[in-house]
Amino acid sequence: MLPRAYFLAFLVLLALLPHILYPVFLMQLLCMALFACAFNLLLGYTGLLSFGHAAFLGGSAFIAGQAAKVWGLPIELSILAGTLTGTLLGAGFGLIAIRKQGIYFAMITLALAQMVFFYALKAPFTGGEDGLQSIPRSDLFGIIDLTHEVTMYYFILVLFLAGFLIIFRIIHSPFGQVLKSIRENEDRAISLGYRVDRYKLAAFIISAALSGLAGSMKAMVSQVVSLSDVHWSMSGAVVLMTLIGGTGTLFGPIVGAAIIVSMEHYLGEYLGSWVTIIMGVIFVICVLTFRQGIVGELEQRLIKRKLPLQSQDSTS
Amino acid sequence: MLENQPVVLETRDLSKSFKGFTAVHNVNLQVRRNTIHALIGPNGAGKTTLFNLLTKFLIPSSGSTFFKGENITSSKPPDIARKGLVRSFQISAVFSGLTVLENVRIALQRKHKMDYQFWHSETILHTLNNEAYELLEHVDLARYAENKAAELPYGRKRALEIATTLALDPEVLLLDEPMAGMAQSDISRTAELIQKAAKNRTVLMVEHNLSVVAKISDVITVLRAGQVLDEGSYEHVSSNPLVLEAYMGKKHA
Repeated sequence: MLPRAYFLAFLVLLALLPHILYPVFLMQLLCMALFACAFNLLLGYTGLLSFGHAAFLGGSAFIAGQAAKVWGLPIELSILAGTLTGTLLGAGFGLIAIRKQGIYFAMITLALAQMVFFYALKAPFTGGEDGLQSIPRSDLFGIIDLTHEVTMYYFILVLFLAGFLIIFRIIHSPFGQVLKSIRENEDRAISLGYRVDRYKLAAFIISAALSGLAGSMKAMVSQVVSLSDVHWSMSGAVVLMTLIGGTGTLFGPIVGAAIIVSMEHYLGEYLGSWVTIIMGVIFVICVLTFRQGIVGELEQRLIKRKLPLQSQDSTS
Repeated sequence: MLENQPVVLETRDLSKSFKGFTAVHNVNLQVRRNTIHALIGPNGAGKTTLFNLLTKFLIPSSGSTFFKGENITSSKPPDIARKGLVRSFQISAVFSGLTVLENVRIALQRKHKMDYQFWHSETILHTLNNEAYELLEHVDLARYAENKAAELPYGRKRALEIATTLALDPEVLLLDEPMAGMAQSDISRTAELIQKAAKNRTVLMVEHNLSVVAKISDVITVLRAGQVLDEGSYEHVSSNPLVLEAYMGKKHA
């Protein structure tokens, strides 16, 4: 459940932040947070580990960038084009991979994402090693000037919240209940008559679509799309963010994304590639000591304190 | 009188081999409506394999399966369940992370076509609560409704599984060792539950606990080495020297 008070506090914080911290950094954080939330819908609530989500983020980012720069589409339509790209890629990946389970599913998504990576490397429009640069930011709906970073921040915040609320609605819906039952015990769900592949495919496509939205937003924020956005290490980064924050928790991926993006942003310039090592150490500590992630661990402690275990009878 | 009941579930020459090893060999089984039919046999007799063949979790090497006269040999597991043939598993199969109430509601959601609605809040599922509580009442679990299924003791988990299965109101219940790993007090309670559930239903169960089988089943089929050794009432099969031999070994027969 999402207690209203927490959500309101979260909203106020997000609204005030650009006056305290650097808005471009915050926008990048929001993009990665939405990406991680979309990923968590799959890993945390459906029990599917995809190792190809970079393809949805980066693939959409390239199309959104291309739409804005070359096709001259306004920003809202560019983002829409990018999101559609994510959706279609998700449908393609999903149809091929969804029948496989566990490690095979992860490997097939990785292989497909590598194909997208090599396409991006070779295709002329992506700019290859240089990436897609100086993507223009048109006025929103032709009237709102987005060159000012704080204005842009609020636009990105609205998109982020829309994506976040969609995920929230899905998780706490009848469909979300079915997803959770598949995560808990797939064979049992099948024996109750659920054609589980269809629900998994639906969740996969929604997750890819929202990752596509995150990628398109990222392209508009940075005004650059590079090969690192489709690189497999991006698929790894989103797993890392989700696990550190807490899989299967609503706010976990946001916290995870905040930690990873802040470390890259603030420590990157002093420590260079040492950041990767520090992240590795954090990840190991996380997995060894609080396996449910930061938010997962906090939630469990709070619940334990609040609710004493209900009376149990003594049979068996 | 049981012989007059129509056959609900039938296998014809059903076989399954795994890389040369034949686990189930030409089994012809007829399960009649409104009976409790038990499958017994020593370890490795092919009971669970036969079970998985019936519910399509395994694909038979040859032979066919009929449900109410319809050939279901090539149906998929979820479709079998939709036809009214619902199974349980040897290891208790509950949705551990969900509450007891949610467990039962998952089954109800499918029946009431509330499975794809992603735009509604889950509070819409509260309309299923009355039905869910009734089912939980039936297996004496209503007071645990808000507990996570993982917190239940083992015997209670099996009861929850039965409640979840009954939520689909299936014509045939397939129970894979419902008493496995249970304490004595739970065994008698579960046996009662199965008898209660079997009213106006057909139950086919694999079970090791022979005293339970003797007490509640109408027909017993004895499997040995993948083949039907004998079939009939408990009095009948327990007086067959071949059955005793299969269980105890030759010298005791």
